Amino acid sequence: MTPFAFDVAHLLAGGLVLVSFVLLYQDRLYALLKVYALHAFVLSASVAWQAYVQDAPHLYATALIALAFKAIVIPLALRRIIERLGIHREIEAVVGIGVTMLAGMALVALSMVVMLKVTPGAAPLAREDLSFALAVVLLGLLMMTTRRNAVSQVVGFMSLENGLVLAAAGARGMPMVVEISFAFSILIAFIVIGLFLFRIRERFDTVDLSALHRFRGEIR
Amino acid sequence: MTVLPFDAVAALLLTPLAAAVVLTLLPGHRLKAQVNVAASFLTLLAALSLLVAMRPAPSTFLLIDDLNIVFIVLGSFVGFTTSVFSASYIAHEIETGRLTPAYLRFYHAMYQVLMFAMNLALVSNNIGLMWVAVEMATLTTVVMVGIYRTHEALEAAWKYFILGSVGIALALFGTILVYIAAEPVIGEGLLSMEWTLLSSRVADFDPALLNVAFVFLLLGYGTKVGLAPLHAWLPDAHAEGPTPISAVLSGLLLNVALYAVLRFKILLAGNLAAFAPGPLMVTMGLSSAVFAVFMLYRRRDIKRLFAYSSIEHMGIITFAFGMGGPLANFAALLHMTMHSLAKSGIFFAVGHIAQVKGTQRIADIGGLTVTNPWLGWSLVVGVVAIAGLPPLGIFTSEFLVVSSTFARAPVLAVVLVLGLLVGLGALVTRLNGLAFGEPRGEQHPGEASYAPMLAHFALVLGAGIYLPGPLVEWFRHVSSILG
Repeated sequence: MTPFAFDVAHLLAGGLVLVSFVLLYQDRLYALLKVYALHAFVLSASVAWQAYVQDAPHLYATALIALAFKAIVIPLALRRIIERLGIHREIEAVVGIGVTMLAGMALVALSMVVMLKVTPGAAPLAREDLSFALAVVLLGLLMMTTRRNAVSQVVGFMSLENGLVLAAAGARGMPMVVEISFAFSILIAFIVIGLFLFRIRERFDTVDLSALHRFRGEIR
Repeated sequence: MTVLPFDAVAALLLTPLAAAVVLTLLPGHRLKAQVNVAASFLTLLAALSLLVAMRPAPSTFLLIDDLNIVFIVLGSFVGFTTSVFSASYIAHEIETGRLTPAYLRFYHAMYQVLMFAMNLALVSNNIGLMWVAVEMATLTTVVMVGIYRTHEALEAAWKYFILGSVGIALALFGTILVYIAAEPVIGEGLLSMEWTLLSSRVADFDPALLNVAFVFLLLGYGTKVGLAPLHAWLPDAHAEGPTPISAVLSGLLLNVALYAVLRFKILLAGNLAAFAPGPLMVTMGLSSAVFAVFMLYRRRDIKRLFAYSSIEHMGIITFAFGMGGPLANFAALLHMTMHSLAKSGIFFAVGHIAQVKGTQRIADIGGLTVTNPWLGWSLVVGVVAIAGLPPLGIFTSEFLVVSSTFARAPVLAVVLVLGLLVGLGALVTRLNGLAFGEPRGEQHPGEASYAPMLAHFALVLGAGIYLPGPLVEWFRHVSSILG
């Protein structure tokens, strides 16, 4: 592999981590969706580059799915949901932005240390990719735990799945079966989520999950 | 008539799939329930035929071996009895208006999709396919848990969805890592995801990668097993979903996730340079069990109570598999079988109890043995079984777990025994209020199907008194595979 190809792959994967950080500090839902679309776009570029570098044409399909579904269709659909529910105002975070960012940095450091240490034998590209992918996964988890709003939890979950796609793309020759089913499962997951949001709207007139917590089964 | 070996596997997968398609088209919930029972029965027959028919050779995607047959037969049996219970449960819910036919439109189809997904996860010879199947099972159960559309049901389904997805995402990351470890040795493509190839070549894999992969896999699939610290979905999903789904979750889905963990444990055991996965499983299992027994106190909801008891028992089973060795593995297999039967039996009883009492609040249920002798005494038998008292089957398996642990790690055994006693205390106290004393609470008429519940308890009782020789031989053989 040429140093140039390696550098571009590195840049794109690193860019995904950066956008994950940008997701972490958004405090408006519309802005969050825009950043998420950017996240999916960077992922798509990164996967396409991997397809080119590894000479693995099936990865172009994965890149295309990422671009069409995650960067365009899903943000638009979520936008519609937000409009219909009238919840475009602020996102309530459980912990402050500063603390979240610090925790995010610690997680990125952790994933670098862990993944670079255990993969001395693997190809350099796969190593870097894996550690970036783990960082994106962990940042997605962090976002899901620090947000109360249902929509932003969903966005956190989707950014987490983007990290997984990055890891799968970085693994040389990972079979197509898994990727298709993977994209498919995202679709199903989305339908389920959509269903939920509507039902939640139907019953509570809010998608703030703290409203749900009041109804815990133990308190009746 | 000879049954071709491949037919059994195909029947196992295609019966539920075809039934799911048919069920989406059929009108009327009664007819649907009958088709559901029939399809589950056919699946059970297919599963049983695996015991006698010749096994197909492992293919790229499918694999039948001694280990997964145990899970398949157990799963199909619980799936069948639950479908019988579900028919009468759902009929009652529609009569009382708690569920409307519109909400139930896809219930039975979903049930069959769930059966399909679980069978697929069990027979798959490909770590990627197995992951897809477990994800499918999760998504179907999420929808079913939320079926009542009450505040509680939606919160439970949402929590289950979020935690389940996180678990599944971690498991996928682990799966990718296993592939990356296998790829330099086996080569690119599907071959590097085949169980049979993976386990024959695992000795050459990079041990450090395998270690990290197993941590992710244990955390990921462990979430679905209901192990602490990611267990929080389990009590809510059990308590707020319809009771047949609670029975299927406890009796089936937790086992399928555990099967995935066990497969990867066997894989890791083949690589001498990788760490031993046992201690991790022991830690997670024991801490889940001890945590759950304390949570058994102060429960006010009857289904939530038994959901925590499921966490306890899955913890004990994971603990025993983690200890490893022929005796502990044997005990764990037996315990898993007994727990599946006893716990789903209990949920059958609890489902009908909640219907005749019109509530799940423990405080509003009392004196069941007087008002509803069949249900009351069944609950007594079930709770005595699940608390691990003789002469029922769980006593045998728990005794084996404890005695094998005492020989090797006395300190852990003491913790385990204390945990079991604490759990026993909680369950017996609760049972006393529920089953005996003055009748409390309202009383509604209700038709119940006792057959599934009694069949389960009879099996648990039978196994406690006498374990047939071939079964012991079989489990012993599987234990030796598990290492």
